[in-house]
Formats: sequence, structure tokens, C-alpha cells
Amino acid sequence: MRLKAALLATASLALAGQALAQATTRGEDGHLDILFWQAVSVLNPYLSGGTKDIEATALVLEPLARYDENANLLPWLAEEIPSLENGGVAEDLTAITWRLKEGIVWADGTPLTAEDVVFTWRYCTAEGMGCAQEGKFEGISNVEAVDERTVRITFAAPTPFPWVAFVGGQSPIIQAAQFADCLGAAAAQCTEANTKPIGTGPFRVTEFLPNDVVSYEANPEFRDPAKPAFATVTLKGGGDAAAAARAVLETGEFDYGWNLLLAPDVLASMEAAGNGQVVSAFGTNVERIEVNLTDPSPDLPEGERSTLAHPHPFLSIPEVREALSLAIDRQTLVEVGYGETGRPTCNLVPAPEIYKSDDAECATGYDPERAMQLLEQAGFTDADGDGVRENAEGVRLSMLYQTSTNPVRQDFQALIKEWWEEIGFEVELRNIDAAVYFGGDPASPDTIEKFYADVEMYANTFEGTDPTSYLAAYTCDKIPSPENNWQGQNMNRVCDPAYEELLAQFQATADQEERSRLAKALNAYLTIENDIIIGLVDRGRVSAHANSLGGVKLNTWDAELWNVADWHRLDN
Amino acid sequence: MLAFTIRRLLLAVPTLVVIGLVVFLLLDMAPGDPLADQPLTIPPEVREEMRRALGLDQPSWVRFGLWLYQFFVVEPQVAVDHLFGTSFSEGKARVISWQFKQPVMDIIAQRLPQTLWVVGSAYVVGVLIAIPIGIVSAVRQYSVLDQIGTFVSMVGFSVPTFFTGVLLIVVFSVNLGWFPSIYDTQLQVTDWGSFLQQLRQMALPVFVLALFNAAQISRYMRASMLDNLSQDYVRTARAKGMDERTVVLRHVLRNSMIPVVTVIALGVPSVFGGAIITEQVFKVNGLGQLLITAINANDLPMVQTLTFIFAVLIVLFNLIADVLYGVLDPRIRYD
Repeated sequence: MRLKAALLATASLALAGQALAQATTRGEDGHLDILFWQAVSVLNPYLSGGTKDIEATALVLEPLARYDENANLLPWLAEEIPSLENGGVAEDLTAITWRLKEGIVWADGTPLTAEDVVFTWRYCTAEGMGCAQEGKFEGISNVEAVDERTVRITFAAPTPFPWVAFVGGQSPIIQAAQFADCLGAAAAQCTEANTKPIGTGPFRVTEFLPNDVVSYEANPEFRDPAKPAFATVTLKGGGDAAAAARAVLETGEFDYGWNLLLAPDVLASMEAAGNGQVVSAFGTNVERIEVNLTDPSPDLPEGERSTLAHPHPFLSIPEVREALSLAIDRQTLVEVGYGETGRPTCNLVPAPEIYKSDDAECATGYDPERAMQLLEQAGFTDADGDGVRENAEGVRLSMLYQTSTNPVRQDFQALIKEWWEEIGFEVELRNIDAAVYFGGDPASPDTIEKFYADVEMYANTFEGTDPTSYLAAYTCDKIPSPENNWQGQNMNRVCDPAYEELLAQFQATADQEERSRLAKALNAYLTIENDIIIGLVDRGRVSAHANSLGGVKLNTWDAELWNVADWHRLDN
Repeated sequence: MLAFTIRRLLLAVPTLVVIGLVVFLLLDMAPGDPLADQPLTIPPEVREEMRRALGLDQPSWVRFGLWLYQFFVVEPQVAVDHLFGTSFSEGKARVISWQFKQPVMDIIAQRLPQTLWVVGSAYVVGVLIAIPIGIVSAVRQYSVLDQIGTFVSMVGFSVPTFFTGVLLIVVFSVNLGWFPSIYDTQLQVTDWGSFLQQLRQMALPVFVLALFNAAQISRYMRASMLDNLSQDYVRTARAKGMDERTVVLRHVLRNSMIPVVTVIALGVPSVFGGAIITEQVFKVNGLGQLLITAINANDLPMVQTLTFIFAVLIVLFNLIADVLYGVLDPRIRYD
């Protein structure tokens, strides 16, 4: 009996202890130090799409809904996720209605209303604004406040995936009162609003030195009175990834280090110091080789190079492209460049699970013998014995392979060049400064859009979990060409009515199973079936945090600092 | 002298306009794009719209004219408003940085104190070290002291700051732990403790820069002293029975200072320009670091404004040096 009583007492004590551990008070854990090796320049995601800027605003501004670390939609400022079942999404898919949580106030004490949401839409779509997130509001014909807490978004056409605007760290709600005079061209002139945005989030900005440091303090008006656990946060910027990793893992000067893509052995040796741990997660970022289906030859007159007028002499032959893919040992690439934080892939859409095609055979199928067979089949033999294959018409398999200047990419280039030369290609390498390569300047011959090369390598991703607009890039009208001033995302110059028909079906379907099937088919068309896009590595996100920091859930679907309100200090 | 100054000032105006135009055209024609750091997930139409919002769709001469107007008309009005609480500049567009979406001048004002503190005090310390070394080296030419002085200034001249900076970090902050390696840009000097901390974090960058500055100036000082020591008036002074101290410090030093003062004045603009490499090494958020990051981000308004301000300072201090020469040396007359 006494034993039982004692056990009960211990149990109740343990329970009480647990309850105590959870019921924190706001600000009791003191100060949090975050280090970003790319410094923050603007605290307004609508003026800059840079990841660092979006992360830094995530502490202050919040969207209606966010993705959690498993790619599920979570209501954030909204009461629930609107769906067909709960009537939030209209039967004909042309409208979605969000309802705000009750009692949410801005950091200045005024209430958050549906008008703020409407204003955010007007702000981003205003003429002359140059809004970085305008893509999020594409297809929206109107946003209106039904009442104080209800917002109705109307689309111009049926939209099977309507959870895009106001979802995720890229399109948070801004305060109408603060930004009222900042519409259109005046947006960049609103210094106060762009440096100290008033938000609903767990923190508010106290000081912001551009390209240097942001200081925050706990927002006294935050809806959960027990959060955030930290009273103040400093987000320091600058330096390089290696120095940032050292500051978190070795010297322990910082609690959290962002985006630490370093050689796997370097990170492991730093982690061994015992101050912190490396966390990684996979999203949709794929390092890939894009094949040019048109002829980039400098012999063609300017304005005709890399356009549909001239198909590529050998890369327009499917067997040649397949041979290129088969000759790449993706496993080795992963080991050289990414270690634990990369995995071989052939997919363009490597995640989420519902859209991921099975690419295991291709991703591990390094087969130079088969590649050479395919080239023989296509009529390419090395008749003159110079190591480079040519066909009966005298087309030599000679290629220019370009990418941006970056140590990992140059390693990849060297390896892949060797593999391709083994099966009878001649490969010339070129690397271009990232500011030019990704700059999209129509006057420059070196951009990814102009694609004055036979193959080019870079990484790309899509925001959120829905690949619709990502897959919609591969249509005839999105081919960069002199007519559209070299704007467009269809770098490969894919132009096939069969693909566009499939895409139209995908864009019109709401049924999830059917959407998965169609997305996989579209992905397979571009990758495994036709090798127009040769996937290499599915790149994970890597960050590090101090052992004493709890609550970190690395999220590749939304801002990394999405749940900073839950971060806390662990006792030892 | 006044007529000379006015003439030079008037001449400076076309010079500066040409400098501004050359800088603008160089930046405009250089490859690179201000949107290069934006993610690829931003669709091309949106990119085009963002470019338009930066004014990049306008022809070059319109953009240059706009910058001239904003820099010479709007920004002074803002400064006047700020000082006297007037409202001349209301509703007028200022020079806006592309990467920060903030007025360029506000950021420069924010960064200037750090640069003046670190680079400015390094300059003062450098001058204070250099002059005695120069004097001693000249008076005791080829002595051990002269050899040491020559050696130190050769080291200061020839070893780059990115090497001395990192070397000092390794020795004094990593191994000995005496000084911090990263400059805390948010440190507020409020009491004795924080003042000491400020001194500690300034110590290494100031030392690196002072060594570099002292090396140059001490060589000028030494050469100028040697020139004067062999002059007739020095022999006369000695013949009159003056003691060596008076000869050196009163007669030779004053005359030797004339060219050195102008050299020091010519070096002042470089203080405002910051020390790009040293500021990077010690993570001081000064003007030098601002300039280099703006160049990397293709932030043309920022680069243009900063380089133009440096050009103005250089022209201005050239004039000051010339005028000072006339003031110090009565033999020189410009009229």
C-alpha cells in the first residue's frame, strides 16, 4: 500500500515536472544568436525574393497558412485550411475563402482584419511595383473582404490548387496601415516600412543594419502568451559557410547557422567538437544538366542561334541524349559533392512523395557500355580514330558544357567531361560568373536563357509542394528567343503538342490521384523517357544548431525559421 | 589665393561631371545583373517587371540625368530638411539602393561612423608614428634606428593587409585570445567597460592599417628631412652656434613638413573610402565593405554614388593640399 502511494506520488511529481517544462513564459530563455553567411538586405519579401530576406522576415510577418516539415499545410493566421469538403473552396474551383483566427493583433496592438489581406494583394499587384512574389497572385481576379475576418479570393479560371497566395514565407500578410502610402512605384521609398515591418509574428524588429545585422525582441502582442521562449534574437550576416559552421559547431558563438553546404568530411570534423549538430532535410532542389534541343553554333547568324529554326545536329536524337545520361555515375557525384546531404536522382520533381516518379533504376544505372551501344545504333562511330565519334553526314559529337563558377560545379564538370569523353564525345568546359549566368541580361551572350552552349548545368526548385507552374514552363510559348527578348524558363526549347496536351489535363484536374499520375507522366517525359533534362543530384538543405537549442525542425517547404516561436533553450 | 581657389573650384565642376559620367557608363556597360541573386523560381515576366521597377527599361541618358537630379537636387534638400525641419524634399524620389530598397545616403550615413573610427584613427596613429620615425631616421642616417625604421616601413609597404590582418587574428585572437576577431558593429559605447571593449575590438584593424600608413609617410618624412639637412640655412644655423635640437626641431622640421603635410592631406580621402580589404577581414561594416558588396550585387546607384563621393573628396583634398602648400610656404604664390 505504501509502495503504491509512493509510486503514485512519484508519478504525479513526474507529471507535474513535465507540465512545468512545457509551460514556459515568454522571454525566459534570454538571447538567441543566429548566423546567416549571406547578410539580410531587405525586410520585405515582396521587394526581394532572396532566401535570406524571406527567412529574416519570417520572424515578423506571417502568412495565412504554412507548410510543416513534412509538406503538410498548416493553418497559421487562418482558422483552418479551406477545402472542397469544408466548403472553403468553391465547387467550380474558381474561389477560395479563408477565415482568420479570432483575436489576432499586430505588434502595435491594432487588430488584424481581412482588409490587411486584401491590401497585401493590392500592394503586390500594384502597377510599377515590380513585386518579387507576383507569381503567387497569378490568375487571381479579385480578393475581397467578406467581413472582418473572412477573405474571398476569386480566380479568373478554375484553379485545382488554390493554396498559393498568402501561403508560405514568400507571401505573408503586411499591415495595411503601415504600407498605405507605399503602393506601386512608391514601394521602394518607404524606408520605415521596409526596414521595420509591423507583423503578427513572435518577434518584432528593434534595429536593422542592412547587409549586417537584424535585432529582434519578443512581440508583446503575440497570440500565444507563453511564446516565444527567447526575449531577443540577433541575426548576424556575412562571412562564408565555413566560418558560419565553425562559429556554431566549434566555437559555440552562435546558436544556429543557416545553409551550410560544405564538404561532408569538413562538417563531420566540426561536429566532432561536440558543441552542436548538423541537421539536413530534402526538398525539391535538383542539380541537373539541361540539354539544348536547338543548335547553338556560333556559325549561325545572331538571332538564329539556339532558336527553334535550327534543331540541334545530334542532341535532337533521343539515343544520344540517353547515352549522355547513362554515362554519368551519379553516386560518385553525390560522394564528391554532397555526401549525406545529396542523393542521386533522375527526376525533375523529386518530392513530395505523391508526385515523385520511381527513378531508382536510372539514378543508379551507370552503364557506359550501353551508352556506347546506343551511339553505335544512332550511327555515330569513330571512323577516323581520333577518339571522337561522328556519323555518316560528318556530324561530330563535340559539345560545349557550361555552368556557373562554383567549386562543386567545376568538380562535376571535370568528372562528367571524363565520362563523356570515354564514350566518344568531345567536351569543352566553360564556367561563367553567377551574376552574369543567372542574371538574365538579354544583352549578354552568357545567360542560362540564351543557352549558347550544347548542355548547361545548374540547380532549380519550386516553392511549396505544388509543381504545376514548374512543369508548365516546358511549353512552346515559354521558349526564350529574340522575339520575347530571351525571357522564358523553357531553356531546353521543348516544343511538343503531346506534352502540352498532358499539361492542360494536369492543370484542369482537381482529383489528387489523377494529378499525381499526370505529374509523374510529365516529369517522366522530360527526364527518364526523353533525357531532355538529365537529373544529377537531389540536394538537401543543411543547417546546424547548438546542442542547447531545442525545437528546431528543419523545413524545406517553407522558411527555415518558420517555427522560431517554439525554439527554446534546453537545460544542458 | 582666393582667386586661385575659386578658379580651381569652378574647374572642378566639369571634371566631376565627366568623372560621374565615366563611372556611370563603366558600370552600365559592365556585365552582371542586379537581379542575379534572386531565385530562379521567380518567373521571367515578374523579373521583367522588377527590372522595370528599378528603372532599367529607361535609356542610359535618362537614368544618368535622373541620378544627377536626385544626387544634386533632391539629396541636398533632404539634408536641409533633416537639419532645419523644413519639407522641401517631400514626395521627391531619392537615390534608392537596388539591393536595400533604402536611400543610398541613409546607408552611407549609417556606415560612415565605423569607417571614421577605425580607418580614421588608424590614419592618425599612422601619422603620429611616422613623423618621429622619419625624423630620427634622417638625423641618424644609416644608424641602427634608421635601419630598423627602414625595415619596418618596407614590411608595411610590401606585406599586404590581407596577410597581416589574418596573421594578427591567428596570433592575437585565436592563440592568445586578447582581442576579438570579429568587430561587433552594434556595440554602444556607454560606459568605461564598453569603451575598453571598443578599444579592444579596434586594436587589430587599427594596427594593420596604421602600419601601412606609417610606412608611406615615414619614408616621405625621412626624404624631406634629408633634403633640408644639407641645405645652406642649416649650416648657417649651426655656424651661429645653435644647439642641434633647435636646428632640427625648429628649422629643419618646419621646412620639411611642407611636402609631408600635403601628402597627408592627399591621403585623407582614402580614409573616407574605407579600407576595403581590412574591413572585410575584420568584418567592420564600413564604407569599404559597403562598396565591395554593392559591386558584387550590381547595385549601381550605390556604387555610382559612393565612387562619386570619393571622387569629390579626392578633388577637394587635392585643392586643399595645394592651398595649404601656399599657406605654409611663402615662396609659393599662385597669383
